[in-house]
Amino acid sequence: MSTIGRIPDQDRLTAAQILSGLMPRAEAVLIPLAALLAGFAAFSLFLLALGKSPAEFYALVWKAGFSSAFSWQNTLSRVSPLVLAALCVALPARLGLVVIGGEGAIVLGGLAAAVTGTAVANLPSGLGMVLMALAGMALGGLWIGAIGALRIKRGVNETIASLLMAYIAIALMNHFVEGPFRDPASLNKPSTAPLAEGLRVGDMPFVAAHWGVFAGVVACVLCWILIERTTLGFAARIAGDNVRAAQVQGLPVARLVIGFTALGGAFAGLAGYFEVAAVHGSANASLIAGYGYTGILVAFLARHNPLAILPVAVLLAGFEASSGLIQRRMDLPDATILVFEGMVFIIILLSETLYGRLRIFTPGFWEQS
Amino acid sequence: MTRIDKTAAGAIGVEAINMTMRFGDFTALDNVSINIGAGTFHALLGENGAGKSTLVKCIMGFYHATSGQLLVAGREEHMTDPKVAQSLRLGMVYQHFTLVPSLTAAENLVISRADAPAVIDWRSERRRLDAFMATMPFSVPLDQPVSRLAAGEKQKLEILKQLYLGNRFLILDEPTSVLTPAEADEVLTHVRGLTQAGEITVLMITHKFREVTAFADEVSILRRGKYVGGGRVDEMSIDEMSRAMMGEAPQISERTRHETDRQPILTLRGIRAQDRSGLKSIEIDDVTLHSGEILGIAGISGNGQMELMEILTGQRRTFGGSITVNGRPYAATRAEARAHEIRYLPEEPLRNACAPRMSVAENLAFRMFDEGRGGGTAFWKDGRAIARNAVSLIDGFRVKTTSPAARIASLSGGNVQRAVLGRELTGGVRVLIVSNPCFGLDFNAVSTIRDRLIDARNSGTAILLISEDLDEIMELSDRILVMSEGRVTYETPIATANVAEIGQHMAGHG
Repeated sequence: MSTIGRIPDQDRLTAAQILSGLMPRAEAVLIPLAALLAGFAAFSLFLLALGKSPAEFYALVWKAGFSSAFSWQNTLSRVSPLVLAALCVALPARLGLVVIGGEGAIVLGGLAAAVTGTAVANLPSGLGMVLMALAGMALGGLWIGAIGALRIKRGVNETIASLLMAYIAIALMNHFVEGPFRDPASLNKPSTAPLAEGLRVGDMPFVAAHWGVFAGVVACVLCWILIERTTLGFAARIAGDNVRAAQVQGLPVARLVIGFTALGGAFAGLAGYFEVAAVHGSANASLIAGYGYTGILVAFLARHNPLAILPVAVLLAGFEASSGLIQRRMDLPDATILVFEGMVFIIILLSETLYGRLRIFTPGFWEQS
Repeated sequence: MTRIDKTAAGAIGVEAINMTMRFGDFTALDNVSINIGAGTFHALLGENGAGKSTLVKCIMGFYHATSGQLLVAGREEHMTDPKVAQSLRLGMVYQHFTLVPSLTAAENLVISRADAPAVIDWRSERRRLDAFMATMPFSVPLDQPVSRLAAGEKQKLEILKQLYLGNRFLILDEPTSVLTPAEADEVLTHVRGLTQAGEITVLMITHKFREVTAFADEVSILRRGKYVGGGRVDEMSIDEMSRAMMGEAPQISERTRHETDRQPILTLRGIRAQDRSGLKSIEIDDVTLHSGEILGIAGISGNGQMELMEILTGQRRTFGGSITVNGRPYAATRAEARAHEIRYLPEEPLRNACAPRMSVAENLAFRMFDEGRGGGTAFWKDGRAIARNAVSLIDGFRVKTTSPAARIASLSGGNVQRAVLGRELTGGVRVLIVSNPCFGLDFNAVSTIRDRLIDARNSGTAILLISEDLDEIMELSDRILVMSEGRVTYETPIATANVAEIGQHMAGHG
């Protein structure tokens, strides 16, 4: 055989090698993407059954969420709480915990920030803002950290505990806002005292969004570094995958669980801080906006990867931002977006069973062919 | 030699002709023919992965053979479904019990029937059961919950269940793996009696040569999916059988033992803990492990060995007593284990010592990923060090993997065990705590692992070997303890160890 005849052979081999290196990594992107598309398709069927046009729906989502500077502002305003709430799901998930009560930490974080805001009115505003953020993070961290502690010390199911504690958190917030911390001037909507102008968080330069978006990006990058680049993150991944193996290795599983849940709760509390300081100006029932629940969907779509949370949060924020327009133009109730999110979520959960099952994602498949 | 398709007493013969079973590209069974005459006791020998289970699953209809024929009592049958095998009176006894522990033996028997009525008339069922038991050569207590029966009795009940169901061809899948030697002999003697009476035909999967030579009439040997030998047991030597099974004469390395100065390292005193069921207690009064010795802990599964391992790894809370290492209290934290150089090899490493969804390289890094310079704990993960560590362990311990980035769950059992062994035996190891290290591994893997354990012992490592395999305990230990009902009930140095006596203590008669 001549040497020339062998060149194509070698080319094929390299292609196979590239694919065998690439495809195992692509699994974590392609499966959620396919699940998302399947969710779009299922929701289209739902719309067709209602006699509505799926094409019109997706066109309106594009128009309301992503087409203009105004719609981007609308979308980005929802990105910050979604990203931070998603971290409250993704961090515990690394340890195998399914925490779905981020809403409670957001609400309490907002309350703590607002109450601190009235107390620090006389301090320099920079210091006051830091104290407010820390108060929100501390209460959020304690709230979700307690769920981690209950799980590891007493075997209490963290999913149910976090959900029920979210209701308690909302009830507590209502109690304090309508009682001890109520601003007498707030008549129709009981609220805490409005924040001083110096304590309000403004918009970032060049982007029509408040600084919470920046905080969300920084938080995601920090979480990614924590999980992927530090020994703590590695230990957490071991414990999350097989707690027996982690215990045999003598890893401090209890401390890891409590630490990761508390950190997740702190980010949700930070979301509450930004809702108060950048959006509402005081703590009131507007904090109960469901970001904690949509954050669950964001985290699962992102496979609990902090960097993937960012684009997924932007996408879902766009859908949520479009709900008003869809209600008006298509004569659909605003719960339609919830139906869409629910359908995507079910399909995402179904797709979890595919990991490691599809042979095209194994290195061996490409090396053989 | 003439084969009988069916004996007068009802036993039926089974013949598999040119059976082939492929899973994708992998041929698990390659053109295998075996003929099991009615009323014979036929042993099926082979290493793990030789195709034994695949063959019996094809016979039982769990798998559909890619090609080949199956004759039952001389007639060709198509095993499209396990129900077909049942209707032809083919039955299987699994390695692990399939009885309902909280029900009595009688209840277990009656509910196992496919035609059990929705409303059971217990009085008439009981009369029929008693009549059935009267015809059996052995019996078990019918009115006690199965959970109270000894393992040997449970296994007898499993066999009785097959007879009660009217099955005349029984496949026994390593039926003695959970029994003491005395129990195993008793059960197999009864089984042999039944085959000699022509009541049943038996195909027994095993890897114990002793059981083959003592009980079986004929043997078939599989290796890598192929039929590699067999015939009448009384015409074959153990040497021939093992050569057929392994491919060549097994390389049993001369395991020389060097004695080192023995110092006490690990002591357990007055340990009290709950067992897994939460009903019984674990009470370990005084155990000392010395450097340079292998201390074997024998016992039948479920007598507290698993709990002992959990206590030593810090997974199980103790209510009293103390564990000390080199005279210092030991709580199995990572820092303590590292300082004292204590390593663990739990049983079923994929379940207990690996993160199955993480890569081979990551799993190999469990010991070293947080080792900082100068003995401290590192904060940043060093990806390059992890990759180097993986390459050196994969080479050094011959771990077969497509790539270090492959999930560890995709490796075969032997390779997972070698990977974990490499991880735990690298670096200084002063104490090694091992549980059933060879469970489910093939001959070569077993041999490698035992060699490594002896090597470690010879270099002064203290090894605590918890094993349900008495042969393994006898082969490796310097000193033997027996655990029964959560306590250490017997101790002997290897020089005076006697299998029969140890077996009695394992069974709780001492």
